[in-house]
Order: sequence, then structure tokens, then C-alpha cells
Amino acid sequence: MKHIVIIGGGIAGIETASALTDAGHWVTVIEKEAQVGGKLNNWSYLFPDFTPVDKIKSVLQEKCSEKDFSILHQTEVSSIHRKNGKFNIEISGEHQLEADAVVVATGYELFDARRKEEYGYKIYDHVITSADLEQLLLPNGDLTVAAGENPKRIAFVHCVGSRDEKSGNHYCSKVCCITGVKQAIELRKRLPEAEIYCFYMDLRMYGKRFEELYREAQEKYDIEFIRGRLSEASEKIDKSLLIKAEDTLSGRPLKMNIDLLVLLVGMEAGKGTASAAASCGIGCEDSGFLKTADSFLKSNFSEQEGIFLAGSCTAPMSVNDTILHARSAAQEVNNWLLRR
Amino acid sequence: MKDFGFTMIKQRTIDYDQFDGRLLNEVLEMEPSFKVCLSCGGCTATCSAVDLVSFNVRRMNLLLRRGETVELESEIKKCMLCGKCMLVCPRGINIRNVIMLIKKSIPKYKTVTL
Repeated sequence: MKHIVIIGGGIAGIETASALTDAGHWVTVIEKEAQVGGKLNNWSYLFPDFTPVDKIKSVLQEKCSEKDFSILHQTEVSSIHRKNGKFNIEISGEHQLEADAVVVATGYELFDARRKEEYGYKIYDHVITSADLEQLLLPNGDLTVAAGENPKRIAFVHCVGSRDEKSGNHYCSKVCCITGVKQAIELRKRLPEAEIYCFYMDLRMYGKRFEELYREAQEKYDIEFIRGRLSEASEKIDKSLLIKAEDTLSGRPLKMNIDLLVLLVGMEAGKGTASAAASCGIGCEDSGFLKTADSFLKSNFSEQEGIFLAGSCTAPMSVNDTILHARSAAQEVNNWLLRR
Repeated sequence: MKDFGFTMIKQRTIDYDQFDGRLLNEVLEMEPSFKVCLSCGGCTATCSAVDLVSFNVRRMNLLLRRGETVELESEIKKCMLCGKCMLVCPRGINIRNVIMLIKKSIPKYKTVTL
């Protein structure tokens, strides 16, 4: 029986583990947190159809309890070495695991919005990120602002930490546009009286039913889209915010007083990714995400034979794309083991 | 009044807090298809008037949404209501009706902005 070690117990890790167990392999998942699911645990509802995250989480949990693979919780990989055609994996600085193949499924990190100081995250009271808002969108979430009243005017900023030289991220995080549209609609359902604005550079509705949801946001939910990037936000004495942008379609500057500012934060490669990758001979893209051996035909292969890649450690990815990428990783690992 | 030679310069910044949305709301209510304008400019590209006068149909949307009623009223007079823009619009907006609605209601809501 071949042993496969999977690093990361998020969507990609668990999905790959489940498929490889079904294929008859011995699988061990290494997860640094106490629970599986990774970043999925930060979210409440998924685009484009408002699927409750619990639905996906319970399927992952079912797989963990029913299938015969083991998960080492609160464990991290210290090093990976090759030995006699196998991998020697040192975990949490003490134990050693021996594996025939390794799957890296370490995921992403959310952009730290404090780095865009001009938007005032953690400086002003009513500036929050899309991840913060997601918690408030749960049925018992409290949306009220300073005076204990619901916000009357809310603005979303797209591309926070993405497509931005100043943040050092040139790439597009792919999922924030549709997340903004989804969250704007959810806010509208909770706050029928509020004015809701989205400040965007481009709207990238790349996926199935994304464009339709954007249209619905305009048509049915009266979300106003303004093309222009926010230059700054400043807090007034009553804790409301003055925001400035260019209305690029009119070609004129625009200012607006609002009660709540939501920053649609992008995805970044995990902080330890570059050094961890270098230590086992895997390369990184300029974006910081892990490099695949070929962008078309080997999207699950790293540059090292026997080390495979699954999910958003390779690029920003939606939940849907992550599941598909993980399943294809399992297929590639299985085929590779059979060929050996 | 005695002219001292001073002029008042109109502020270029759009002050959204001063926005009067009554005309916009009336137009959107009567012609909801207008909500989904993407500002793609297809209408302006095909417009029969643009060759003859400086006119931009796409800007009607913006002027309306920013409450620029004075400019809107003078601009909209240039439309010949031929309807070519409606053939091009990727969102199927009844642009001619939008123009007609604005023409009809603008005298009610015309505001002078400094």
C-alpha cells in the first residue's frame, strides 16, 4: 500500500485525501489548526447561489469521519527530504513520516487590509473587510453602527490588495468581485432602506451565473456601481466616513459621506510558502503562489517529481474550482503511483 | 449689482451628499430596464447625432445618476429619437423611452447647482 501525505486540511486537502482513500491508498493529512475546513470556516454563504457554508463543511466532516484516512491536527511540517525514492517528512520538529508522494494543499491567506492605511481598517470604527462582513451576515449578526442604528449608506471597495502595485500584488484575486455582488445583495435583503454602492475598476464576472447575479444586483436589488478606485477614507466626528474617488466615467472627482465601508480583500500566498517551497525545491510564481510544472497540462504537478499541488496554494481560486483542482490532483497522484 | 470683477468658480467635485435623486427615481420607476446600464458606450458609438453635434448618449445615464439636471436638459435636446442606440444596447434598455421620460419630467425637478 502506498502512503500519501497531504499538507493542509482545507477543502483541497480533504477532497484530495477522500479521493485517494477511495482509490485504495493510505492517506495522512497534516493540519495546523484544531479543525478542518481552513478558510471555509470564515465564510457564511457562498456565491453565486448563497449556498450555506455549513452544507459544504458538513460534507467535508462526513468524509473525515467516514473514510479511512487519518488527520494530524495542530501539526506542522518542519522539513521534507528525499530518501531512497521516498519522502521523509518531519512534523512539529519531532516525529517522522515516510511517504511515497506528497500533496501540498496549504491554501492562501487573506490580504491584511491594514496595509492599505488610506482606507483606515482598524483605525476607523466602521471600516470592515469582506471577511468581517461575512460573520455579520449570519442571522444573528449585528449590522448597527455607532448610534445603534442600521447604516443608511454603505460602500464596497473592490480590489483591496489585488491588482495593486502599492500592495505588491499585481494579480487579480478572482473571487472578490462576485463576493462583493453577493454581499451587497445580502445587505440589501437585511437593509431594504439603505443605499449601497460598489466602487470598482473592472467587474470580472468570470464564472457560471456570476454575470447574471451582477445584473440582478442592478435590476432587482438597486445596487449602484461606480467605476473608480477609492483614494482615501476619513472619519468624521460622528464616526461616519467621507470617501473620495474619481467617478471615471464622468471624469470628475466624487465625494460621499457613508456609514459603513466594506473592503473586498484579496488572496495572498501563505507567509511561510516561499521559504517552505524553496526548502523542498519547489518554485514560486511572481505572485508568491506555488509554481506548477505546466500551466495547461500539469497544473497539479510541482517542479519536483512526487510532490503534487492542490487548490489555492497555486493561485486564487473559488470553492468550486478548489474542489475540482483537488479531485484532479488525486487522479494525477494515483496515475503517477501506478506508473512507478 | 456692482460688478467688482470677481467670479464664482463652480466646484468640479461631485458632492454626492447634495444629490437630488427624484428625477432618477421617477425615470427608473417608469423604465426599470434603465437600471442595468453598463456604460459600455455602444449607444454613443452608433448614435446618428454624434457626427453632427457634440452629444454622448452614454453620458445621459451619468448626468441623471449624478443629478446634473441643468446639463442634462440642454444635452438631451440633441437626441433625434431615431432609436438606433436601442438596436445596439447589450442590456436591451428602452433608451428612447428614457429620453422621453427625462424630457417630460425634467422641468419639475430642475435644480440649479452652484
